[in-house]
Amino acid sequence: MTTLTKPEDAPAPAGSDAFLSVRDLHVRFSTEDGVVKAVDGLSFDLERGTTLGIVGESGSGKSVTNLTILGLHNPLTTTIEGEIVLDGKELITATEAELERLRGNKMAMIFQDALTALSPYHSVGRQIGEPFRKHTGASKREARERAIEMLEKVGIPHAQRRVDDYPHQFSGGMRQRVMIAMSLVCNPDLLIADEPTTALDVTVQAQILDLLKDLQQEFGSAIIMITHDLGVVANMADDLLVMYAGRAVERGTVREVLKSPQHPYTWGLLGSMPRLTADVDEPLTPIPGAPPSLLNPPSGCPFHPRCGFRGEVEGSDRCVDIRPELPEGRGAACHLTLDQKSRIFTETIRPRLG
Amino acid sequence: MSDAVSDEKTAVAADTIPGQRDMDPAEPLMRVRDLKKHFPVKGGFPIKRTIGAVQAVDGVSFDVFPGEALGLVGESGCGKSTTGRLLTRLMEPTQGTISYRGKDISRSTRRQLSPIRSEIQMIFQDPYASLNPRQTVGTIISSPMEINGINPPGGREARVRELLETVGLNPEHYNRFPHEFSGGQRQRIGVARALALKPKLIVADEPVSALDVSIQAQVVNLLQEVQREMGIAFVFIAHDLAVVRHFSQRVAVMYLGKIVEIADRTSLYTGPRHPYTHALMSAVPDADIDAEKKERIRLEGDVPSPISPPSGCRFRTRCWKAQDKCAQEEPPLIQLSGNTEGHLTACHFPEDPTIEARAEDIVLDPALAALEGEDD
Repeated sequence: MTTLTKPEDAPAPAGSDAFLSVRDLHVRFSTEDGVVKAVDGLSFDLERGTTLGIVGESGSGKSVTNLTILGLHNPLTTTIEGEIVLDGKELITATEAELERLRGNKMAMIFQDALTALSPYHSVGRQIGEPFRKHTGASKREARERAIEMLEKVGIPHAQRRVDDYPHQFSGGMRQRVMIAMSLVCNPDLLIADEPTTALDVTVQAQILDLLKDLQQEFGSAIIMITHDLGVVANMADDLLVMYAGRAVERGTVREVLKSPQHPYTWGLLGSMPRLTADVDEPLTPIPGAPPSLLNPPSGCPFHPRCGFRGEVEGSDRCVDIRPELPEGRGAACHLTLDQKSRIFTETIRPRLG
Repeated sequence: MSDAVSDEKTAVAADTIPGQRDMDPAEPLMRVRDLKKHFPVKGGFPIKRTIGAVQAVDGVSFDVFPGEALGLVGESGCGKSTTGRLLTRLMEPTQGTISYRGKDISRSTRRQLSPIRSEIQMIFQDPYASLNPRQTVGTIISSPMEINGINPPGGREARVRELLETVGLNPEHYNRFPHEFSGGQRQRIGVARALALKPKLIVADEPVSALDVSIQAQVVNLLQEVQREMGIAFVFIAHDLAVVRHFSQRVAVMYLGKIVEIADRTSLYTGPRHPYTHALMSAVPDADIDAEKKERIRLEGDVPSPISPPSGCRFRTRCWKAQDKCAQEEPPLIQLSGNTEGHLTACHFPEDPTIEARAEDIVLDPALAALEGEDD
């Protein structure tokens, strides 16, 4: 593994001992309409063997962050600033050849739509075996054996026979299993799952989520779980990052964020979600308005145009003028004081959640 | 544009409330009996023949009462959307009857249907595909009135503006095109169009599943207000069990073209009897990490193909209780002893009416069983 080439005097990034450390990441795309600030100052850490859930709505930058970690962005139109360190290796400055050695080997990805992520022209066995051959130098026969082993592991019946089938011959849930097999074939240390179950039916989703959890125990991978479903992260994740308009707005353990959320956006998400056990006569409390365009995000706190608690902040225009910072560790990027946050949550928000 | 959306605006002007005009609430608004829709599968060479049929909907029966919301849930391919399209007669049923206010409309011609069409409206899933991009919002919402020759007092334009306000959009956006609106706003336009003819029944096919969580709640609330204040009956089709529970007073669970269980929501969600309903409920991930432990059921594989569904009970191939009887005899949809009035279940060997955690998890998935077996 090549060592990191960085100026000696550069300050060691905080939490750089973490397995994956993202620091002050900015991702911008130039489009015909202008510059899209897809990710704007994002920082987080991930430890080995743990799962980080990233929650946010479409356009919040959660998928872009993870494509950037893997280096799957279009270099011609994308500007990236900040730091991504995976196990001591800086990824933003890494060359394409270095990234290629890592992708599928040390870090792998599970995409949302298995039908478009798998090649229709190659048998699943060949697709699963390909990264294994590339990274370990295994022969075709060994790769095939490994593919069968992986297919069995993820629960494809008659793996011996089905290894030569093509993606279209599998059902949706089975295709997702094939993709999981492909991502785990080299025992990656980091697995990024981008909405892995959104396209699946609920009973199949439950199988796949449990499978990922069980496989994580066996392989010890760190997982980044991207989703819009708070139920899924409650089930899967250890830590949680809530994203809005390209920024992280709240961070904490799953328990902290779901049980005593601090950011008005997180309150809004919880209030928008009907639950199987909630009081049916209690109407949902949606967030007014729509997510902002990232071409021209709101000044200050990006959530301020939709926020119902701006009036509570001392000095009313701080939300519009000053961007609130997300503290290290547990916290929320919001100008409300901690006391206000916990008071508003216990008095106003929690009773509505039922 | 987004500032035009305001939830306060969804209040309905008092004079537009039609109420439950001249309808007996005990008499079903729509009665569906043994409804079937089979799509032919063609194949063969050189002459193509029908070699089979996708049994998308295969004998469903239910009633929709005035002003109530009936939820249809199930996984993809269970026939819930096809059922919705049959109810609005966008498709011809293969067999069975649909009666609307006592009149059989399942074989009616276009001409016979036209007076009824205005009373049964539909809201579609995809707010991008269901609005004509070349028409203004005003044209889209007024065309149902135009087609049906309705001239509301004050003119169609005034009525459209009123409708835009009802659904929480700015009436001044009358001349805008769909692409100028966000997904949630487009879905509101779809709702306004459905309301234009003061319908008595709206079939909503996954009306919120294409929307973001925060927008989803806005549209659910809007539909709920519309339903309550105008007394419109809804058939609410969705795959999200929590949304369906929130919206519908009664819920039917479908599996491979059949209703396996139907009941009022409390009875269904707290005391399901059909094993499939149990499996569905247990599969929903709960955002409350301190919630009481539910039972854990993990089925094997996906839903079988509706081209050659299993004999007898269609769920038997994935059921942990299946016996010979399930393959030979199709279980009727009946009220089991111990069930509340109107709670019907189609199962030979029903489960206990509780979703509490079992002594032992039911894990039918071979990969999970293998991985979890190693841990012990």
